[in-house]
Amino acid sequence: MLMIVGVLALQGDFAEHIAVLHALNVEAREVRTPEDLAACDRLIIPGGESTVMSKLLSSSGIRPALLKRAQEGSLAIFGTCAGAILLAKEIIGKNSPEGLGCIDMTVDRNAYGTQLQSFHADIVASGIGTIPVAFIRAPKIMRVGKNVGILASYEGAPVLVRQGRFLASTCHPEVRGEVAIHRYFLNM
Amino acid sequence: MTNRNILGEDLARMLKGGVIMDVVTADQAKIAEDSGACAVMALERVPSDIRTQGGVARMSDPKLIREIQAAVSIPVMAKVRIGHTAEARILEALAVDFIDESEVLTPADPFDHIDKMPFKIPFVCGARNLGEALRRIDEGAAMIRTKGEAGTGNIVEAVRHWKQIGRELAELKTMHSGALKSFAQEQRVPLTLVERVREEQRLPVVTFVAGGIATPADAALMMSLGCEGVFVGSGIFKSADPPRVAKAIVEATTHWQDSSLLAKVSEGLGALMSGLEVASLETKMQERGW
Repeated sequence: MLMIVGVLALQGDFAEHIAVLHALNVEAREVRTPEDLAACDRLIIPGGESTVMSKLLSSSGIRPALLKRAQEGSLAIFGTCAGAILLAKEIIGKNSPEGLGCIDMTVDRNAYGTQLQSFHADIVASGIGTIPVAFIRAPKIMRVGKNVGILASYEGAPVLVRQGRFLASTCHPEVRGEVAIHRYFLNM
Repeated sequence: MTNRNILGEDLARMLKGGVIMDVVTADQAKIAEDSGACAVMALERVPSDIRTQGGVARMSDPKLIREIQAAVSIPVMAKVRIGHTAEARILEALAVDFIDESEVLTPADPFDHIDKMPFKIPFVCGARNLGEALRRIDEGAAMIRTKGEAGTGNIVEAVRHWKQIGRELAELKTMHSGALKSFAQEQRVPLTLVERVREEQRLPVVTFVAGGIATPADAALMMSLGCEGVFVGSGIFKSADPPRVAKAIVEATTHWQDSSLLAKVSEGLGALMSGLEVASLETKMQERGW
């Protein structure tokens, strides 16, 4: 069966994720409705503003459909930055959005600070390799549960984590056109 | 292209598909965030008030910017006058997330725009045509917005500037190398930059639209033309029901292809900002900058 990877296209850098998927010769679909989601085997939640995406997840009706499939185990999800925030069980920081609670971790939004604290880095992910990424007003993973695997850390904090079929990175491989983490996700 | 603020361009990518809303108080900033703004733009007066009240329009009071930063978790942008490097340094010291070198404020320098390269904070700048956009990018802008005509609630200039840039990009394809070289010289931009946009048929940075967006349908129209997101100035807080209009414009920007949703969110929004005919304006803000 042909795999279709959805990219949540409510707001944010979904086009960059779609470009990475195309580079991997994978069929990608923009997801803006529950019907779009139903056609997908996997879903990427891009970078952007988690507050915006959370509101639009509710108003579009995607939220309950997504949660149902996540609980059934019929949807693998990869979230970057805002996507990682939304996947967290606990979100801290002012005006925090309503999350999806897929990964047992605590995320502090904008923990690094404003755009002045955004930075480039090379992260080393076990089983994946060294990947150049950008941390843009990034969130920080403050705690992970015992069922969460840490695939990469940077300066002592986890930056790429996995729990079952859910993968989250607090940084952006997609803005550098990096395909390695996406390839890992497609094989998960 | 060496004059690039790559991290700033990355932040602009995260704003795509979103609505950046003008706010003049912390309360308005909170309303904007709660309504789904992907960033707020702090300024001392919205463009329609600058038009009616007149006087020199400047950067906001730093106190106001700090209050807005304390109120919201989304990126905070703020405007400086064209060419006013000192105002930009102040905004950098305040750690705003993006600086808008804006024609909506009264220009400070009749010769030069700000040299944006020495700043770590990224800049967004307005443009009416391809040459103007490329000059700003060459100066270091990390994001472009078409100028439109701010404070009018009239979409026509936004459409004009967006299409103008698109037409000029298409024209580049028909030019031989000598014509490309003269275009670069006339526009005072590097030939390599012109060659790049000719090849890619788009600007090398995220491009939003601004100046005249007042309704959900306006936002949907601009998204259908290929814009990557919208700035809304006076359109929200000059309407009768700002949270409702703000939410409707956010929905329309995401779901611009869904006509029945557009009909639903456009219904019963109450009094929208009253619009102005562009031909009747005493000041055309779009003519500021070069």
